[in-house]
Amino acid sequence: MAKVTNKYPGESRWKGWLYLLPALLVYLLFTFLPILETIRNSFYQWDGFSQNRVWIGLANYAELFSDPKFHNALRNNLVFVIFYSIIPILIGLFLASLLSRRPIPGFAFFRTALFLPQVISMVVVGVIWRWMFNPTFGPINSFLRLVGLEQFALSWLGDFTWALTAVGSIGTWVQYGFTMVLFLAGMQHIQEEYYEAASLDGAGAYKQFIHITVPGLRAEIAVALVTTIIAALRVFDLVYTTTRGGPGESTMVTGFLIYRAAFTTNRIGYAAAIATVLTIIILIISLLIRRFQQRGNEENA
Amino acid sequence: MKYPWRNLLPRYLILVVFMLVVLVPIWGMFTSAFKTSTEVMEGPFSLPSVWSLENFEQAWRVGRFNIFFKNSVLVATAVVISSVFLSTLSGYAFGSLPLPGKNWLYPLILIGYMVPFEAVIIPLYNLLDKIGITDTLWALILPQVGLSVSFGTMWMSSFFENTPRELTDAATIDGCSRWQTLWYILWPIAKPAVTTLVVLIFMWTWNEFLLALVMVQNETLRTLPVGLAFFQGKYTANIPLMAAGAIIVALPTILIYILFQRFFIRGMLGGAVKG
Repeated sequence: MAKVTNKYPGESRWKGWLYLLPALLVYLLFTFLPILETIRNSFYQWDGFSQNRVWIGLANYAELFSDPKFHNALRNNLVFVIFYSIIPILIGLFLASLLSRRPIPGFAFFRTALFLPQVISMVVVGVIWRWMFNPTFGPINSFLRLVGLEQFALSWLGDFTWALTAVGSIGTWVQYGFTMVLFLAGMQHIQEEYYEAASLDGAGAYKQFIHITVPGLRAEIAVALVTTIIAALRVFDLVYTTTRGGPGESTMVTGFLIYRAAFTTNRIGYAAAIATVLTIIILIISLLIRRFQQRGNEENA
Repeated sequence: MKYPWRNLLPRYLILVVFMLVVLVPIWGMFTSAFKTSTEVMEGPFSLPSVWSLENFEQAWRVGRFNIFFKNSVLVATAVVISSVFLSTLSGYAFGSLPLPGKNWLYPLILIGYMVPFEAVIIPLYNLLDKIGITDTLWALILPQVGLSVSFGTMWMSSFFENTPRELTDAATIDGCSRWQTLWYILWPIAKPAVTTLVVLIFMWTWNEFLLALVMVQNETLRTLPVGLAFFQGKYTANIPLMAAGAIIVALPTILIYILFQRFFIRGMLGGAVKG
């Protein structure tokens, strides 16, 4: 069998490069080379503007792995994964299994509304929720006072114990409409016969959920995991606009740590080391989830 | 098969509850923009006594949102047009043209899509500083194009891969060059894919924060999100003014989302990340 090729007779085999080149150049110059430069910077001690850039090998990484502030930021990112990813996916699965399998009239309207936080700037989301959490006149505390729970009317974003939960729950608010719509769309592809057969075999709602719905949504769950986990690890805008990492270091995340090291304390090498570690974590997680998704596809085939 | 009415009702109830959780904060912010400062204190969800546009006027002029708006429009337009054009060419290269090295080029470009701006922002700043274009809108446009073509190339190449080969074969036999085939045969049927790409890149660029925060010090070059963040630092207590500013920032993306919803959701479900 002849190998399927995109080359036509008489055509240069390099034709594709001609079309690729402009995009590739912009990409290399403004995205890929800066990535390499960040990795290089991570082996130096440098303040960003002086000529004095000193090679210090792995010292930035050594400092990083023993820096309690970095550990704290990384731990906070993991808490964000719970709020950005795990909770929205559980809500999405729960609702999808309750709602779907047959079209619901008027669902398009709900979909429009549920997806709305996805299109709004995170700075705007921050402004909205700073108002919601405002200790004196914010709706959340107004409500708590109204129902007589005055003692719970805290200064949410300024509270050492609750600030991380408060900011994290904003992430849940942003993401759950996305997971819900994603899973509901996926449910339409699961064949009704599976559920009918399972019912005949006496499988209850829970068993049907575990053995039909979840495997059937494997691809959608993978997409949801990749996008929401990456969002949780990258989080910057939301923290910048709501708490700036405070109070103390209680909502500090790696993205903000990079920003602070680079532009406040002028430790470019150290900031680059954090950025490199963050990028590696993101790449590994994305690849693992892709692997899991591909294996699932092979099993189903 | 449809649900009987008694099964539909509880499903609507669940949907309404989750929809209200999304809508109530947005609605509260929206009404606050029309209130006076004293009205905001009275109750978060009371309606304004007069629907006055005064806060918008103040944000627009005094808050300089008119300038930020213009900057955001310029940056977004430039980024969308150039990214979509470049991604169409590169996606075509991957999907339909002979491209030696395709196997290692693809992951090379994929990396850019997963890397956060935090990871490249410092070398980018140094690079643009060396060229002398920090504190210009170019500093916001060029890196954003670099990042957008990464996703755009993958998006368009999967479109070109899935177009029937007979179409390009027939066009070639009829004497079309590759360039003509792209613009006369494929481009018209690429409209849905291109629309999705336009909408996504527009939204990412419009909402981009870190890049605009770092690259531009001059207040008159700020984009809307950065303008709003500084505005917030200055007028923390003035909720109506903040709300008006927030609406000016959010309204264009909301309108485009509502107009192009179908395309937008398809892109997001296809794995496009909200940054």
